[in-house]
Amino acid sequence: MADIRFTTDHEYVRVDGETGIVGVTDYAQSQLGDIVFIELPEIGKRIAKGEQLATVESVKAASELFSPVSGEVVEVNAILEDNPAKVNEDPLGAGWFVKLRLVDESELSGLMDEAAYEAHVRSL
Amino acid sequence: MSTPAPAFSLSRTPLDGLHRRLGARMVPFAGYEMPLQYASGIVAEHLHTRAKAGLFDISHMGQAILAGAGAARLLETLCPADILGLEAESSRYTQLLNESGGILDDLIVTRLPGRDERLFLIVNAATKADDFALLAQKAPGLSLNVQKNRAMLALQGPHAVDALSALLPGVEELSFMAWGAFDYEGSAFFVTRSGYTGEDGFEISLPAEKAEGFASRLLENSDVAPVGLGARDSLRLEAGLCLYGHDLDAGVDPVEAGLNFSIAKRRRLEGGFPGFERIRTALESGPARKRVGLLPQGKAPVREGAAIVDANGAEVGHVTSGGFSPTLSRPIAMGYVERRFAAPGTTLGADLRGKRVELVVAELPFVPHRYVHHRKDQ
Repeated sequence: MADIRFTTDHEYVRVDGETGIVGVTDYAQSQLGDIVFIELPEIGKRIAKGEQLATVESVKAASELFSPVSGEVVEVNAILEDNPAKVNEDPLGAGWFVKLRLVDESELSGLMDEAAYEAHVRSL
Repeated sequence: MSTPAPAFSLSRTPLDGLHRRLGARMVPFAGYEMPLQYASGIVAEHLHTRAKAGLFDISHMGQAILAGAGAARLLETLCPADILGLEAESSRYTQLLNESGGILDDLIVTRLPGRDERLFLIVNAATKADDFALLAQKAPGLSLNVQKNRAMLALQGPHAVDALSALLPGVEELSFMAWGAFDYEGSAFFVTRSGYTGEDGFEISLPAEKAEGFASRLLENSDVAPVGLGARDSLRLEAGLCLYGHDLDAGVDPVEAGLNFSIAKRRRLEGGFPGFERIRTALESGPARKRVGLLPQGKAPVREGAAIVDANGAEVGHVTSGGFSPTLSRPIAMGYVERRFAAPGTTLGADLRGKRVELVVAELPFVPHRYVHHRKDQ
């Protein structure tokens, strides 16, 4: 089963072998509000951990999504182009943002597991 | 993503408890803790207002009564509207101007009934302290009674008239911008058929201690949903209405802002208001720049502050309000551009995160107004 890891900034990476699917958590989508546009990176782009990966426009404001891990963009979620609200509906599933080919497995150990992330959200 | 720290110095409106019970996300706005949105979210609240009726807490706005002989004449020395000719129980939109014709605030003025000269003023929250200080200074012989113990609600949308007239019979007879006093449980409610959404609707000034009970009664009607500041902003942008501090400020005059309708004919001839020379020149030869609607091409919103450029990349203006239109399901914006670029259909551009987005100048409003004008009884 895939392993899911979280940042304190409410991004997740779902790891399956060398691939990581990156998105935002349910807490993040509820804070962002209705999402109306998402600017995703080009396929092939190399992104370092902490670098901007996408821009999320809600009705109210633009927010930046920073990559929880380093990697190369191998796929972006095409559904979001026509239906960015998918992130509001199913952030951990169909509302994923990008697939990265991971380059540094050791980065994952610095991220939270599900229990730690849930505790983090409860503390907010 | 971060959550703003709670700000304990902020004021709360009389509806604060109700907002929290309704699950509002509260944000700081103009010195108040105000509801940004409720559980259903900005888009749902916006669409509900256009389809049925939205209830807004606007108690943060300033309410005052300027009273005394010469009140209308005094206000005319600060505003370009015809206040002397304002009939009792009628309201008018105008602006307080500075010496160069820049807009210090925009406001609604109502001539109250009765033989005494009394003007009811509704001003913006962020500017109310400055407005009232200015009025007190300019009108030493008049009384300025700030209505600190009154709350204010707006009920907006096609079903607003049915929902409100069920509790305040008679409001359905008001025409757009008409005012009436109505009794509710022994208290005087002041109702104007006006609003900030482009829809038919009402603004209701009521005693603070009645606000929660009255709002709750309105919300018992299944057509009425609470609406926060987020949708208030998207609704007014679709309606092409200005937000002070964004589309209007002390550097903008009412002609540039496209508010010519609010500059009375008599005042254009007589003057006697701050910045008359600049405003007369702008009326005669056209303003150097104009407020316009802008349709960003594509799906990405273009936000306030973005520079507007012509085909050669030269800066010709800037965006003052920009966002997403839930009604049209597309980005919309307003901004100021040099007059020669202000014709609808003109293609301009903006930089969005390093990419050029086309902006097409559009007629305002983006969504037609649906104000209710009854036949005038003479």
